[in-house]
Amino acid sequence: MLKIHNVSKAFKNNDKSVNVLENINLFVEKQEILSLVGQSGCGKSTLLRIISGLEKASSGHVKLYDEIITKPSSSIAMVFQDPRLMPWLNVFDNIKLSILNDSKETQKFKINNTLKKVGLENAGDLWPRQLSGGMAQRVAIARALVQEPKVLLLDEPFSALDSFTKTNLHEHVKDLWSSLKITIVMVTHDINEATGMSDRILVLQKPVKNKVSRNEIIKINQPRSSYKNDEYNELIKNCIFNTNNVQAAAFT
Amino acid sequence: MYLILKNINLKLQDKFPKYLSCNLIYQLSHNIIGIVLPIIIIIIWYLLTITETVRNNLLPPPQEVIDELLNLSSDGTLFSHILITLSRVFYGFVFGAVVATILGVITGVSPTLRSFFDPTIQALKAVPSLAWVPLFILWFGIFEDSKIALISVGVFFPIYLNLMMGIRQIDKKMIEVAHINNLNYFQTVRWVLLPGIIPEWVTGLRSGLALGWMFVIAAELMGASEGLGYLMIDGQMTGRPALIIGALILFAIIGKITDEILYISAKPFLKWKVSLNTMQEEENNA
Repeated sequence: MLKIHNVSKAFKNNDKSVNVLENINLFVEKQEILSLVGQSGCGKSTLLRIISGLEKASSGHVKLYDEIITKPSSSIAMVFQDPRLMPWLNVFDNIKLSILNDSKETQKFKINNTLKKVGLENAGDLWPRQLSGGMAQRVAIARALVQEPKVLLLDEPFSALDSFTKTNLHEHVKDLWSSLKITIVMVTHDINEATGMSDRILVLQKPVKNKVSRNEIIKINQPRSSYKNDEYNELIKNCIFNTNNVQAAAFT
Repeated sequence: MYLILKNINLKLQDKFPKYLSCNLIYQLSHNIIGIVLPIIIIIIWYLLTITETVRNNLLPPPQEVIDELLNLSSDGTLFSHILITLSRVFYGFVFGAVVATILGVITGVSPTLRSFFDPTIQALKAVPSLAWVPLFILWFGIFEDSKIALISVGVFFPIYLNLMMGIRQIDKKMIEVAHINNLNYFQTVRWVLLPGIIPEWVTGLRSGLALGWMFVIAAELMGASEGLGYLMIDGQMTGRPALIIGALILFAIIGKITDEILYISAKPFLKWKVSLNTMQEEENNA
């Protein structure tokens, strides 16, 4: 469904070119949850931004079905680390931003429906400043889902939340994923979150000069158990810090 | 004073429905606090004049100022002076605000247009207001047009600067949200840029209006035969300090009323803004 083909990205810093991503190849299946993990600066968020169309790859491309992504489209929605709600719009209007071209009746129907799905049916009139962190993030998720995307990109959306709200939202997102049958690509720093939510995990390595970086992909066998989760966590840590010969499917 | 009124308010809440007592007393307490200082100033002024600490031909007693204003208002002269000054400020403010808003928006949104317009506007900002007077008299004559042009110049700069800077300082993350949600250029301006800069715009409008009131005096000093500024000149020429002080007080009162009207009209658009005021009002309404 989502095909990442030979994607590289370099940023210019004081006339020097810094490679952030190098020849990433990946195929994301329909209705899959894929997590991107790795050390800070390994290009997880950059890869997500390239998939979203917010950033352009230096070389290579990303295809959704057979179409190359060159700019943001309604097929791909994104939720950021901070909810990024417009403080001057109430919850209803914040969600409306994603579907401005729909008729008023359709907007009302879709927004009320989505608010119900994220458990905020009575919050339409509230201002962002009146929401808790978890509520604000759910509004951000509602804004992404209301446009009925095929792919939902999550850029560390739970990292700023307390553990109780985080666990709650994990369940919520998984429920939405199974009911809406969408594909999710998620960036996270939390290995437990990655193993708990994903079907596969891509462990990204920082590109090192004159060295081919080994990015590992780990398939999480279903159904999961807490015992297995511990094993996966150990495996991912090894992949991130390159400490062992890992038993994961490696790709370059 | 505030604490006493707050206490009265809390006691009233036990006896009356909350919505009746709470808001009313809160508003009342703030309004009363606002007039305490002017009352103190009037009392000091009164004491200075009855004890003749300051000579009455320099600072007449409050009663004399009131008499002078009542005398002028008895045949409607005062009202026509107020009206002409108000109309000058109004037209100057509207004209200056419209031009400043258009230029502020286009220079804020477009870096190319900013490079084109901004250096010239910033240079013109440094020109003192009175330096425009001879040129405007030459261009527009000594009647209304030159006065309105001068007031517009005063109104223009704070609105332009606040708006342009406000747009430039809009969080890039918000623009990214607009991009990811596929908003086109006009939708981005309508839903993200314009509502986001309303607080800066309102601040600019209020500063512009205050400067409008300052510039109207300069405008009325340049050969006017009507208006509050003219009354002050007339008071100076005829040695009537009561008239000068009366005109000054009217400037202050009308200036405050127009600023309050502007603030109240803008308030519905600033509901989202978190400020100490909002928090106090919400706490009070809770």
